Amino acid sequence: MKFKALTAIAALMIAPGVAFAEPDDDTLVINGETEMVTKTAAPAHMEGTGIDTIMSGWHFRSDETQALETDDFDNPGMIFVDAGREQWNTVEGEAGKSCASCHEGPESMEGVRAVYPKWNEDAGEVRTLAHQINACRTENMKADPYKYTSGQMANMEALISLQSRGMPVNVAIDGPAAETWEQGKELYYTRTGQLELSCANCHEDNYGNMIRADHLSQGQINGFPTYRLKNAKLNTVHARFKGCVRDTRAETFKPGGPEFIALELYVASRGNGLSVEGPSVRN
Amino acid sequence: MAKGVRPRVKVPKSASAGDVITIKCLISHQMESGQRKDKEGNVIPRSIINNFTCSFNGETVINVKMEPAISTNPYFEFDAKVPEAGEFEFVWDDDDGSTYTDTQAISVG
Repeated sequence: MKFKALTAIAALMIAPGVAFAEPDDDTLVINGETEMVTKTAAPAHMEGTGIDTIMSGWHFRSDETQALETDDFDNPGMIFVDAGREQWNTVEGEAGKSCASCHEGPESMEGVRAVYPKWNEDAGEVRTLAHQINACRTENMKADPYKYTSGQMANMEALISLQSRGMPVNVAIDGPAAETWEQGKELYYTRTGQLELSCANCHEDNYGNMIRADHLSQGQINGFPTYRLKNAKLNTVHARFKGCVRDTRAETFKPGGPEFIALELYVASRGNGLSVEGPSVRN
Repeated sequence: MAKGVRPRVKVPKSASAGDVITIKCLISHQMESGQRKDKEGNVIPRSIINNFTCSFNGETVINVKMEPAISTNPYFEFDAKVPEAGEFEFVWDDDDGSTYTDTQAISVG
């Protein structure tokens, strides 16, 4: 009896919290000109997941945090884009080349972010954008690769993502990428750690709810690399994955490893149709 | 000495005479405080922007003396009244003696 009464009180206390935590209906317009798709119909492969509208994590943040992304001057991620631009033009490695030597301006990377991770025919594997950057560095520039989740890698990813900003995410999940995609999907629904949580437990079953002080989003990665206020730097997708898996109290997979590549492909495909936002701002 | 320093400024392109406009200034800079030590225990020498000035047609709008506790990539936002068309000049002074400047013209219409 007493237990039931307590439950009732708890339910009463939670109810306003849940209402407050609903994702909002604001519209994201960047620099007063680029209107972003932050809510759209879920891609066909998500049928049966219970999600019919996919939403950018932007909707789950406070108005103040949201505002930071609406203007490139206010977006602290842009500082890192500038750093990336410097890296783009820096000659490194034995081949005596910079990114610009072959690709000219970063504008040539338009549309690239939107389709990665992507099957690479020559390598016979699915490659993330970060892998492609490092492949370019080691094979064409004969330079040392960036560390997978390093600041330099995040800067470069931010610079490349920016060229595709506003374009819809459109990763291919059929053909040769299908196998990797299936692996990623399995990982997404596999519970890990002492807390026995899968990605889906939070980001599919409970998005919009509060997990203590955190407002759960759908876990979309269209905004990566993401400037987070909590650590005041750009964060890469795999670093975020690692953080999430760690929070389930599990031994994590290695950033840049095959598990996270598969997971990145699967999670990216859940955002097919949302605008590329990188570098976005989150808390 | 300081690497990757880049000033950036946002000023409206035009205003009406007498308008109060908002100016935003940010400079990417490490702002090394001089309090930290490296792995070997040696003090990392101080390297900060120690002064920031904004002037309009030669008249000072704002002058900020900056101290080591200011965080990396210092950002200033302030209002200024524009009596006439002209040019804003922004100057940041670095500890190492270098200065970084930016100018923005504004028209009155």
